[in-house]
Amino acid sequence: MMTAVLIAILLATLAAAAAAMSLRNLIHSVLLLIGSWLGVAAFYLMAGAEFVAFAQLLVYVGAVSMVVLFAVLLTRRSRTDIAVSPDSVSRAWSAVFAAGAVLAVLVYGVLHSALPHSPPPRPSVTVGQLGALLTGPHSAALLVIGVVLTVAMLGGVVIASTDRPSAKEDEK
Amino acid sequence: MTADSPISDPYLERAPQMLLDLVTGRLPEPWRWLANGLVSIVVILAVFGLLFAALTLAERKILGRVQNRPGPNRTGPFGLLQPIADGIKMLTKEDIVPRDADYLLHLLAPVTLLASSFLAFAVIPYGRHLVPLDLDASVLFFFAVGATTELAIFMAGWSSHNKYSLLAAMRALAQLISYELPLLLAWLPVVMLSGTLSATGIVAAQSGWKLGWIPSWHIFTPWGFAGFVIFMVAALAESNRSPFDLPEAESELIAGHLTEYSGCKYVLFFMAEYFGMTALSGMAVTLFLGGWHAPLPFLEFIPSYAWFGIKILALLLGFIWIRATFPRLRIDQLTRFAWKFLVPLAMINLATAAFWSLSSGWSWPMQVARWAVAIALVVGPFLLMGRRLSAGFAPRTYQYST
Repeated sequence: MMTAVLIAILLATLAAAAAAMSLRNLIHSVLLLIGSWLGVAAFYLMAGAEFVAFAQLLVYVGAVSMVVLFAVLLTRRSRTDIAVSPDSVSRAWSAVFAAGAVLAVLVYGVLHSALPHSPPPRPSVTVGQLGALLTGPHSAALLVIGVVLTVAMLGGVVIASTDRPSAKEDEK
Repeated sequence: MTADSPISDPYLERAPQMLLDLVTGRLPEPWRWLANGLVSIVVILAVFGLLFAALTLAERKILGRVQNRPGPNRTGPFGLLQPIADGIKMLTKEDIVPRDADYLLHLLAPVTLLASSFLAFAVIPYGRHLVPLDLDASVLFFFAVGATTELAIFMAGWSSHNKYSLLAAMRALAQLISYELPLLLAWLPVVMLSGTLSATGIVAAQSGWKLGWIPSWHIFTPWGFAGFVIFMVAALAESNRSPFDLPEAESELIAGHLTEYSGCKYVLFFMAEYFGMTALSGMAVTLFLGGWHAPLPFLEFIPSYAWFGIKILALLLGFIWIRATFPRLRIDQLTRFAWKFLVPLAMINLATAAFWSLSSGWSWPMQVARWAVAIALVVGPFLLMGRRLSAGFAPRTYQYST
């Protein structure tokens, strides 16, 4: 029962990801990508990691998806421009090569890591324990991530608020 | 639904649980679990579906009264059958899809929106023994599924192949993203002070009485009051209600992202808006208004789910009242209000809550100082920032009114 559900989620996630790559309409691709993120969240939920699953939902489906969608809409001029195809054959080949390299690294990593043969006992970590771990032993990492995100946000604000002289003329 | 039901509870308190046992008690264990879940889903669908129908009527009636007109009064006694007539009209209407629309996304948008707004109902504790799904991080679940509504609005706006739909959807997204932040920051102090992300845990943290009769709900603390107000303002904006109903400002923008929707799909959007409003009210009751706890000790004989219902109805009537009272904001006022006023206030409220948590052990003469400092932390920034933001605009003098 459990395995069947897991396999169904796996197939749905992979199918969504594959379709996202093969479709020519960027908006459809983004929506399918969000679908595969949902699949990952479902995986976390099945593994008993409630907190991570909900955080995945909140951050990826709620926030990152919006960033991607806005980026697509703001960089395309018209609706017909949304359908994309590779510029040239050499570009397509280099894309395949880059993706293959990433895949090779991942497969190498998975094959060479010592995985236990029998499934380990299901960990029972409550949100409280997670919070204590994050603010106790791992507080330095949390602070560093917070600083990095703040710097990124400040950078974004600075880039967005720089008034070019020509833009000011347009506003008038 | 939780299984533990102490015998000491009064009969009415145990009644829903006993009814459930009567229906699903005979089934073997794995099937019983499934049946209990299904019964919960059906009950939620039925109760909130009917509440939706009643709410549309109540809204039209109250708006009518506020505007000095009778409201719907032709269908049935006092217009009570109006929701049924509306339902029949909407369901039998022709479903029009624009020729150039993205057919699948156009269909999926209302479905996604309704599904995500229904999911939010799963984790709200409706009564002492009425919790459909008791998760360890249920508050986080609630706001995580709430975040997917933005996606549905985008899908609706983009798939309609209409410039008004797309523009309005982008405006709606800007609004939803802006107000998501104060909404999340407003409930963080509650989690800080009660030390749990589970809705039942937060309700349990608000049990008991101070001085024998004041309920220890979060709203009766300085940070809780500020948090509740910020939460409700952000909830108004998140559920696209007036005065933040810019996304579908029907008098200016046609109907925003709903322009190309008709018939049944339009009803789904409409339902999702009301469900979102109801779910956010339910979460506000859980987080700040003591959940299903009675407001006074001698009123505890009334079953807990009735108290929850009364509180949620009071908040919903408040939503309607606000709609009847306030004019709509402009888009720049809307975003400025969120980023320059609500977000800083919510951040300061976090500090107030931290102070409240650290000073919880103070003896009683120092309690006066504790209250004074906390109230100053809430009121001071509110006044200072309010003055600065409204400088040059307020107070207004009305030339033609007396």
